[in-house]
Amino acid sequence: MEIARKVDPVINSTTTVKKGLKLKKILTNYQLYLFLLPALIYFIVFHYVPMYGVLIAFKDFVATKGIMGSPWVGFKHFERFFDSYQFWSLIKNTLGLSVTQLVVGFPLPIFLALMLNQMRSEKSKRFVQTVVYAPHFISVVVLAGMIYVFFSNNGLINNMILMFGGDPISFMAKPEWFKPLYIASGVWQETGWAAIIYLAALAGVSPELHEAAVMDGANKWQRIFHVDIPAIMPTAVILLILSVGSIMNIGFEKAYLLQTPMNQPSAEIIPTYVYKMGLQQAQYSFAAAVGLFNAVINLILLVAVNKFAKRLSGTGLW
Amino acid sequence: MSLLTLKNKKITRRSKEDRVFDAINVFLVALIVILVIYPLYFIVIASFSDPNMIYEGKVWLLPKKITFEGYERIFRDSKIWLGYKNSLIYTVVGTIVNVSFTLMAAYALSRKDLYGRNVIMFLFLMTMFFSGGLIPTYLVVKNLGLLNTMWALILPKAIAVWNVIVAKTYFESSIPNELLEAAKMDGCSDAKFFWKIVLPLSKPIVAVMVLFYAVGHWNSYFDALIYLNNENLYPLQLILRNILIQNEASTMMISDLESLAAKQRVSELIKYGVIIVASVPLLIVYPFVQKYFVKGVMIGGIKG
Repeated sequence: MEIARKVDPVINSTTTVKKGLKLKKILTNYQLYLFLLPALIYFIVFHYVPMYGVLIAFKDFVATKGIMGSPWVGFKHFERFFDSYQFWSLIKNTLGLSVTQLVVGFPLPIFLALMLNQMRSEKSKRFVQTVVYAPHFISVVVLAGMIYVFFSNNGLINNMILMFGGDPISFMAKPEWFKPLYIASGVWQETGWAAIIYLAALAGVSPELHEAAVMDGANKWQRIFHVDIPAIMPTAVILLILSVGSIMNIGFEKAYLLQTPMNQPSAEIIPTYVYKMGLQQAQYSFAAAVGLFNAVINLILLVAVNKFAKRLSGTGLW
Repeated sequence: MSLLTLKNKKITRRSKEDRVFDAINVFLVALIVILVIYPLYFIVIASFSDPNMIYEGKVWLLPKKITFEGYERIFRDSKIWLGYKNSLIYTVVGTIVNVSFTLMAAYALSRKDLYGRNVIMFLFLMTMFFSGGLIPTYLVVKNLGLLNTMWALILPKAIAVWNVIVAKTYFESSIPNELLEAAKMDGCSDAKFFWKIVLPLSKPIVAVMVLFYAVGHWNSYFDALIYLNNENLYPLQLILRNILIQNEASTMMISDLESLAAKQRVSELIKYGVIIVASVPLLIVYPFVQKYFVKGVMIGGIKG
């Protein structure tokens, strides 16, 4: 809701100020424009120039000729990508990973926040919060390293499996284990942190609502369903839009670290493919085309989901 | 029955259903806490235990056959320390750039009398939803001649739009307009006002920004992976990756060992050790600064 309000004025900015007044306004605030200068330069150089640079997706980029000098080739690179034998497996892996992550990872912080909100002792609640937020600060390299040592053939998990009489599994060598490991480690690392925002929303619920519900004889379950959950709905919708909108933006970093030569068939996703094609094999134009394809799909999804959510619940990003 | 429960009973008069609910709730939360803590705890005890004991599955709750060999080798290794030093430099310089750029931009954008602020804000926000992607960005960095310099890790990530929103929201809600008007009356310039009045009033948000950006720098490896190929410039995370994922316990660390088995044994031990060595700075500082992080998320989430 709040995000919508922030962005709105941008679109409605049809301020009609007289020219002389405008200039005076700019001049009196010149120091503020100087404040903005580094940021403006940054966004132009590192965001808008690359947006222009994405033109190489439609060209055969040759470094010595530059972006303008390289010959146009239309949709050649896109066609090559669509026709490549990896196309469908890449789409399947990327979507499969992010959709599963969304379906599994999205509701859990809500449950956790509702549970923490019901804890009666403030002190232990604070302790639990400190603990569950902590994994968020572990770097992705260390997280991946932990997965490797825990799930190695002689690691903690296989020792547990042996203890319960099962057969050891070589997790890192099995394509079918890539997704569960990726998702589970993400849940372990981020659920607590993601619950913060819901806890904030729950803290904003007026105690009077709960008191009134208690008066009417509502038990805790009923209060969760009829007071707490409605209270966090708007937050949940916004976050859901954001996550659906970035569904193709699944992180490169962890997937790349968890890839082994053996689990490649299910672990290769579009971002890692772009990295390998573009930077390891220097096929700049082709990789830029794949990246652009990904970005466009993402943008379409975001706009569509936003529209849908707005119609459904009246809440949207813009 | 302790006094506390009696007191609580008096206040809320929990029904039987609610008591069952609370019991289940506490049980589940305790389970979650164990699930979060145990892996971290296990890494700690494993880093002190004989790797053979781990292989045989004898290490569960306490270290077995305590050894410091892993740490000794880690502390003797020059690469790790070089990585530490590099990461420290990148984090400090990078965070200074991040925080100053972000706060200056956010303050300017928080001023309602700034002509064109909506257009500029829109330009910034756009980049959250669409970007040129990896390859075009890489080419820009390359053309600027930043490859294999520390600036490649700092400049392309100089500002996170989200943090601009957070800081801008904070300024808008906590710096009253009257203050600005009074200062202007006294002939105070915008720069002076920002430096002398806004910043001292905004210590919490400065702390939030410093922490968010610093953690980001300390933990990142990807930019170093694509922009650096000079090993002497590698940040800690990249060196960790080579040890943990690529299995290259640096030759220095285990070169004196003869047999393959011994090498493998010690390199496992080193893995547990480096995880601790790399994470300790953050995990020690974290409980003390946690409230600032939480604050940052809340400002960003609720008002942003």
